[in-house]
Amino acid sequence: MAAKTIISRPIYGTLSPQPGKHHLFIADAEGALAIIDMAGKAPPGFFDGTEIVFIPGPEGKHIAALEALKPAQLHIAPSFASLLPRLKQTLTNAHMGLRLYLSGTEGLIGQAMQVALEAGMDHTSMQTEHRGSLARRMQCVHCKGITENVTTQPALCAHCGLLLLVRDHYSRRLAAFQGVCINAEDRSEVPPMEEAFP
Amino acid sequence: MSTGTTKLDVVVSDVVPVNELVTRFHFRRRDGELLPTFSGGAHVVVEMRDGDRTRLNPYSLMGSPLDTREYTISVRRDDVGRGGSLFMHRQVKPGLEMVISYPVNLFSLDLRAKKHLMLAGGIGITPFMAQTSQLAGAGGNFELHYTCRTASLGTYADVLQQRYGNRVRLYHDDREERIDLDRLLSSQPLGTHLYVCGPAGMINWVRDRAAALGWPPETVHFEHFAAPQPGAPFDVELAVSGKTIRVGEQQSLLEAIEAAGVDPPYLCRGGVCGQCETNVISSDGKFIHNDHWLSEEDHRSGCKIMPCVSRFEGKSLVLER
Ligand code: FES
Repeated sequence: MAAKTIISRPIYGTLSPQPGKHHLFIADAEGALAIIDMAGKAPPGFFDGTEIVFIPGPEGKHIAALEALKPAQLHIAPSFASLLPRLKQTLTNAHMGLRLYLSGTEGLIGQAMQVALEAGMDHTSMQTEHRGSLARRMQCVHCKGITENVTTQPALCAHCGLLLLVRDHYSRRLAAFQGVCINAEDRSEVPPMEEAFP
Repeated sequence: MSTGTTKLDVVVSDVVPVNELVTRFHFRRRDGELLPTFSGGAHVVVEMRDGDRTRLNPYSLMGSPLDTREYTISVRRDDVGRGGSLFMHRQVKPGLEMVISYPVNLFSLDLRAKKHLMLAGGIGITPFMAQTSQLAGAGGNFELHYTCRTASLGTYADVLQQRYGNRVRLYHDDREERIDLDRLLSSQPLGTHLYVCGPAGMINWVRDRAAALGWPPETVHFEHFAAPQPGAPFDVELAVSGKTIRVGEQQSLLEAIEAAGVDPPYLCRGGVCGQCETNVISSDGKFIHNDHWLSEEDHRSGCKIMPCVSRFEGKSLVLER
């Protein structure tokens, strides 16, 4: 579970079936389990109007379980970037009444939500559930580069190479946590790197 | 007087018959100053002093929120109601000094919406007159679907079509024109908000369909002022003030409480705002709930009543008031 104490951090809930005829699920890795758990509470016919977009984790689990729900469409994508054009297209053609369900890592939830908000979707039409890794998507405040899947504290910026303190400060606009240089005064001071966001 | 109901001393500056049932009233401040600003969807409570009776009825402001030299309301004559609209139609003439409340908005636009979809039925058109003026002035995206009984009772339909062209769609009952609601609700862009004002049946229908089609409740706005219904007189004990009162046939429970010198809170007097919510201490009989505020559960529990519109039939009723 993600810490709940920081105000800028998003609060995640538990997916529950919403009324309506069109449902779009976007999940990564363990996020599939949130869909599968929710399916038990869904009314008959719910998945007839449902599209699931799934980014499997490295072990490629849960695809068969999602297939078994018999959604109208199941789309497997290797990464968020690869599903983005399709997601944008879906949202452009979508109408009021579409319900969005996001489950999995914070990086996925944050980025998908951002795309949906940009498409004009109301936040009350969206549900989220955090599952799986606590890995963070981090923006380096110095070079502005985004580093995905940060699990350590401090962490290296994949772009400029600075050693960054991963702050709890979360930007909804960027769907990323802020990373600030941890040893700006004296670069030779290198604090130990710990696995902080498993 | 109660929360948010500061008074304005006004004079009737014009009375304009609009069609066989509807008349428009214009108010200006007696001191010649500008009236308070309001936003589209706001209403005022008009005090009608009719002999020894005072009625207080809510009416939506229908003028442009950009013009505060005068307020305008439109009143539909109701021949079987408690007489408020008849009083307005028969007794109110230009030059009459009246008292109205400050505007209160319980039906405001959500300006974060990407589009505003408006559904009006009959005299429910009035708040949309102000809202469309407000949105048109700001370049807002809206579409209005207006159902009326006949073309001649389509109050302001001509004005609206002239102003907004095909952003306004009319449906006439006598020509069997019906809104294809499911289609309309299923074809709106993401981020649309829905607004409904009209008869209770229409509001319930639209809310039900919107919910079933996946519209989150936060995106569905509605306003229906329930007119207090006349009914059999009944007695009420007011436990806090230690009074026992009788609610007359043509009186609302709220009016009877006020007539007894008790000053309960209210804002809308139409069962929508929740201000007048009152706890029931004990009761033996049947509630006639007419509000849109309490949940069905509250209605069934018999623990709460909205005295502005609801009544009671039975042996005894004790209120925490
Ligand atoms: S005064 Fe608004 S609900 Fe009674």
